[in-house]
Amino acid sequence: MLGRVWPGATAVVLFVVFAFPVYWMFATALKPTPDIVSETPVWFPTSPTFEHFTKAVDADGFWTFVGNSLTVTLVAVGLSLVIALLASFAVARMRFKGRKSFILVMMMAQMAPWEVMTIAYYMIVRDADMLNSLPPLIAIYTVMVLPFTVLTLRGYVAAVPKELEESAMVDGCTRTQAFLKVIFPLLAPGLMATSLFGFITVWNEFPMVLILNKDAGSQTLPLWLTGFRTTFGDDWGATMAASSLFAVPILILFVILQRKAVGGLTSGAVKG
Amino acid sequence: MSAQTEEATAAPPAPTTGKGGAPPPRPGRTRAGRAVPYVLILPAAALLVLLGWTMVKNGLLSFQNLNRRQLIRHVTEWTGAGNYRDALGSAEFWGVTGRSVVFTAANVVLIMVLGCLIGLLLARLGTKTRLLLSLGLLLPWAMPVVAATTVFQWLFDQRYGIVNHLLDQAGWHSMAGYNWTGDQLSTFFVITVLIVWQSIPFVAINLYAATTTIPTELYEAASLDGAGTWKQFTSVTFPFLKPFFLATTFLEVIWVFKAFTQVFAINEGGPDRLTETLPVYAFTEGIGSQHFGMGAAISILTIVMLLVLTAYYLRLVLKQEEDEL
Repeated sequence: MLGRVWPGATAVVLFVVFAFPVYWMFATALKPTPDIVSETPVWFPTSPTFEHFTKAVDADGFWTFVGNSLTVTLVAVGLSLVIALLASFAVARMRFKGRKSFILVMMMAQMAPWEVMTIAYYMIVRDADMLNSLPPLIAIYTVMVLPFTVLTLRGYVAAVPKELEESAMVDGCTRTQAFLKVIFPLLAPGLMATSLFGFITVWNEFPMVLILNKDAGSQTLPLWLTGFRTTFGDDWGATMAASSLFAVPILILFVILQRKAVGGLTSGAVKG
Repeated sequence: MSAQTEEATAAPPAPTTGKGGAPPPRPGRTRAGRAVPYVLILPAAALLVLLGWTMVKNGLLSFQNLNRRQLIRHVTEWTGAGNYRDALGSAEFWGVTGRSVVFTAANVVLIMVLGCLIGLLLARLGTKTRLLLSLGLLLPWAMPVVAATTVFQWLFDQRYGIVNHLLDQAGWHSMAGYNWTGDQLSTFFVITVLIVWQSIPFVAINLYAATTTIPTELYEAASLDGAGTWKQFTSVTFPFLKPFFLATTFLEVIWVFKAFTQVFAINEGGPDRLTETLPVYAFTEGIGSQHFGMGAAISILTIVMLLVLTAYYLRLVLKQEEDEL
């Protein structure tokens, strides 16, 4: 249908379409202000400047927000990975009463519209007198990423041929040893993929922290960024620098981990 | 990643599972061994209780008349089904609901059609162009939503936005100073472009990954039978990936229907609350106007609608689980 050239040409056009907004964010952040507000757009930051980045980093409490975001994200993702790994192994490998209900509840939990349940969370956290602190956020975020993590890891565990595990057990390993030595290494791509998506979810989360943590000292980067927009208004250079600073950790993680994650899906376990 | 989950679900049952027969002889299958799965799922189940408790709390709140006054004084006023009666009886609620459904449908159709086309394109590209396009797709996927939203506000900025500039250059001069967030449809347009841009990569890359699992013999057989591109798609690709299409479509329905940050952050549901979808409506009613009980009721109604929307999918998945057991 399409010749030999067209798929390639289409791919290049699509690449531009998808990458442009991200490029434009970085390009704007690096351009001096006159270039940003010029009549004819300056397509490349020909005289790059870091003044917008300096402005963003110097903005009130940037490093506090970074610290809070990192704490909340790493702890919540770590916890959910460990918990989900146990559960997904049970669900993928064992038959037990209640297995189906457990999966069903997980799927329903995945649909839970967190954004509208903020009211209930607000009440609970307020009654516990824990507004403006990180532990409630960590707990909520752990539950938030758990269903996806369990359901996805379940697929990865199930994709590891049972024979590998069984032959390890025939060779004298206990079930736990078989898991740690044979299955766990094969799950590395799955763990990377799920932790990546968990990281993105938590790093991004906005409505919950907006409601629960009014105190700037306990807020995370999404609030910093939206607050920054309000404060700096039409200073698009500074706003794009702030957006870039917020986006860069995820972009880097994604580029590093994604290929392993996706590649791992299809490479097949028996091959190695 | 749902492709993998589905595949695993669709895997044929292990030969050892005789229904009603004796339990398969397995090493280490003792009474203590039978407790193992429960111990393994215990932490996850405990966390789900936390979620369940919040749902219950949400349900209780929805039957209360809980506004700023009651909140400060810590009084509980039960109103029975009052909030639900008010919500279901208001034209506003049904207007928002209809808007949410249309919005979700439009977005999901765009995401699935374009995402699948790009996924199929990925499958027929050479290594280099495939790498390039994959990289381009990874960027929007990896962009944090709040950052993506500020970028789109900048792209569609009234005075200096590149979109208005390009439209002007292309000869559409009335767009030179167009205010995208001043009108309901154009605000929805920006939100849709943002959501579709960010959602296509998930569909496209997963579809591509899933196509690589299709045995090439199937295509060889099909082309021997003289099947063209379209015929190959309908007779090989689509049937093989049906679980993938179903799973992805329903996931996208859920995600778009409950999307909050994009809709809220672009224009806070404006202008004149005309772009409020259900989650944003629940938020503005509940938190913004401090009608917490009413907000809770709307959120319960939203959950019910999501359940209805996805009941079919859940039934399908459960049936597969059953076949597997």
